[in-house]
Amino acid sequence: MTLFTEITIFVLAVFVGFEVISKVPTTLHTPLMSQTNAIHGIVMLGGLIVVGYANDPLEYVIGTIAIAFGAINIVGGFMVTDRMLGMFAKKPKPKAEGDGKGGAG
Amino acid sequence: MIQAVFEPGGDAATALYIVAFSLFIVGIKRGTHPTTAKQGNLIAAGGMAIAVVTTLLLDGIGNWGLIAVGLGVGTAVGVIASIRVQMTEMPQMVALYNGVGGGAVALIAWSEIRHGISLGEDIPLDELIPVLFAAVVGSVSFWGSNIAFAKLQDLIPTKPLAVPGQQVINAVLLIGILAACVNIALNPGDPNQAVFIGILIAAALLGNLVVLPIGGADMPVVISLLNAFTGLSAAAAGFALDNVVLIVAGTLVGSSGTILTMEMATAMNRSVSNVLFAGFGGAPSGGGGGDGEERPHTSIGAQDAAIKLAYADTVTIVPGYGLAVAQAQHAIKEVADELESRGVTVNYAIHPVAGRMPGHMNVLLAEADVPYEQLKEMEEINPEMPRTDVAVVVGANDVTNPAAKNDPESPIAGMPIIEVSEAQQVIVIKRSLSPGFAGIDNDLFYEPNTSMLFADAKAAAGEIASEIAQL
Repeated sequence: MTLFTEITIFVLAVFVGFEVISKVPTTLHTPLMSQTNAIHGIVMLGGLIVVGYANDPLEYVIGTIAIAFGAINIVGGFMVTDRMLGMFAKKPKPKAEGDGKGGAG
Repeated sequence: MIQAVFEPGGDAATALYIVAFSLFIVGIKRGTHPTTAKQGNLIAAGGMAIAVVTTLLLDGIGNWGLIAVGLGVGTAVGVIASIRVQMTEMPQMVALYNGVGGGAVALIAWSEIRHGISLGEDIPLDELIPVLFAAVVGSVSFWGSNIAFAKLQDLIPTKPLAVPGQQVINAVLLIGILAACVNIALNPGDPNQAVFIGILIAAALLGNLVVLPIGGADMPVVISLLNAFTGLSAAAAGFALDNVVLIVAGTLVGSSGTILTMEMATAMNRSVSNVLFAGFGGAPSGGGGGDGEERPHTSIGAQDAAIKLAYADTVTIVPGYGLAVAQAQHAIKEVADELESRGVTVNYAIHPVAGRMPGHMNVLLAEADVPYEQLKEMEEINPEMPRTDVAVVVGANDVTNPAAKNDPESPIAGMPIIEVSEAQQVIVIKRSLSPGFAGIDNDLFYEPNTSMLFADAKAAAGEIASEIAQL
């Protein structure tokens, strides 16, 4: 990839990011943050790549810690987000279904 | 050990990476509504699985023992932490995740530099510059996030810790970092590793020094900002490694952190630089001065509060971080249930910074099974306040202080507040008249339509609920 291809991707991603994320309501900002933590775990890919060409003890240690950090982000981030969102999704509206929509019909 | 399938940078791997980041975007898009967000999270996790498996199958991936150790340890820590964490502790958790994410990026950058040195060729500038950026921002995020974690966990004082000459030290560190980066960039054939380690250390110091002076009330801004930083550092690592999924994913995280940072700063009516460099948010100068005199206020008990609430038509509950600390969300929900069974309309008014990170209070109330339809944002509830019979303030302080609106001299002047003083009656459940994070007296407590209920939020809410049940 040329530098300018990468910059193009970056700029477009900025616009997509702002567009999509500005639509997330305040209510869901904490799960959004833990989910972006998890997506940030993508850096683990970098750890996997650099550990491949590591060839002395210091590089082994650096690479392994980077992979562990990334895995914490991915696994912990997605799991805790799932836990939180489960609380929101638990019951959309057990009562309101009767009074709100029922009245119209 | 595993047969390599994909060429790094080859068509197949790139195509799978494109699928992966598309799933991230779809996942976040689904996160715009509480009913679809859980599914969106799973979609994003699926994208991550594709990205990780693709990478493991790349040609040149090796040292499988180390990969197994890293994955094993990281997964174990992640699983245990995500199961054990209390919802009140989410800000610490996110701070810690920001930290390890930034740390991973800094370590990868260090590895890349060592790899470049060992190859003995010129490192191209379009790789070297992103590596340096990733190293600096990653290291700042790692240490800054650790300090934020320590403050939120009360391991170190949440009050602003000012070091004399702070701004000067920070400026010197920043100039030193830039100079060292230029030094490395001018020697792309043989970058000095000692200089690079110096950069990592200076950035670590900078991360510590920038976050240490920031007070507890400003944590929502700081956490969001560190989130944005770690995202940008991941995007930089993507430039260095020519990896498209890293660039897109990092940028998405960076956008998210940036948007949240701006929203939090707006909610406090302050600029981001003011949060970072003013050292407010703990105890501003002269804040403790007003303790001497006792101003007249009305104090009531749980039974009186129960009567006021039970005979109201509309009740708005204004929760603050104190509610979270007292773990009173479930007890408050009981009060709301009792009131609703008597036909009272109950809403919750959530200030954008009611908690220690964006959206924190919503999660705590969701944990207590409060339906999200009852969670009203500040702009939505303020026009309703004059028609509200009783506003109940639980563990919130500064975000209800009418001084923000009425007193241009106040340190919090101009901060958007939940206008509870507009309600017919106000009940404030609080341990004492002590000031909140901003360190200033709350005029609300002394208004004629305000009644103070001095108690622990959880105990008081429990009593009120049982009193209402007996009416």
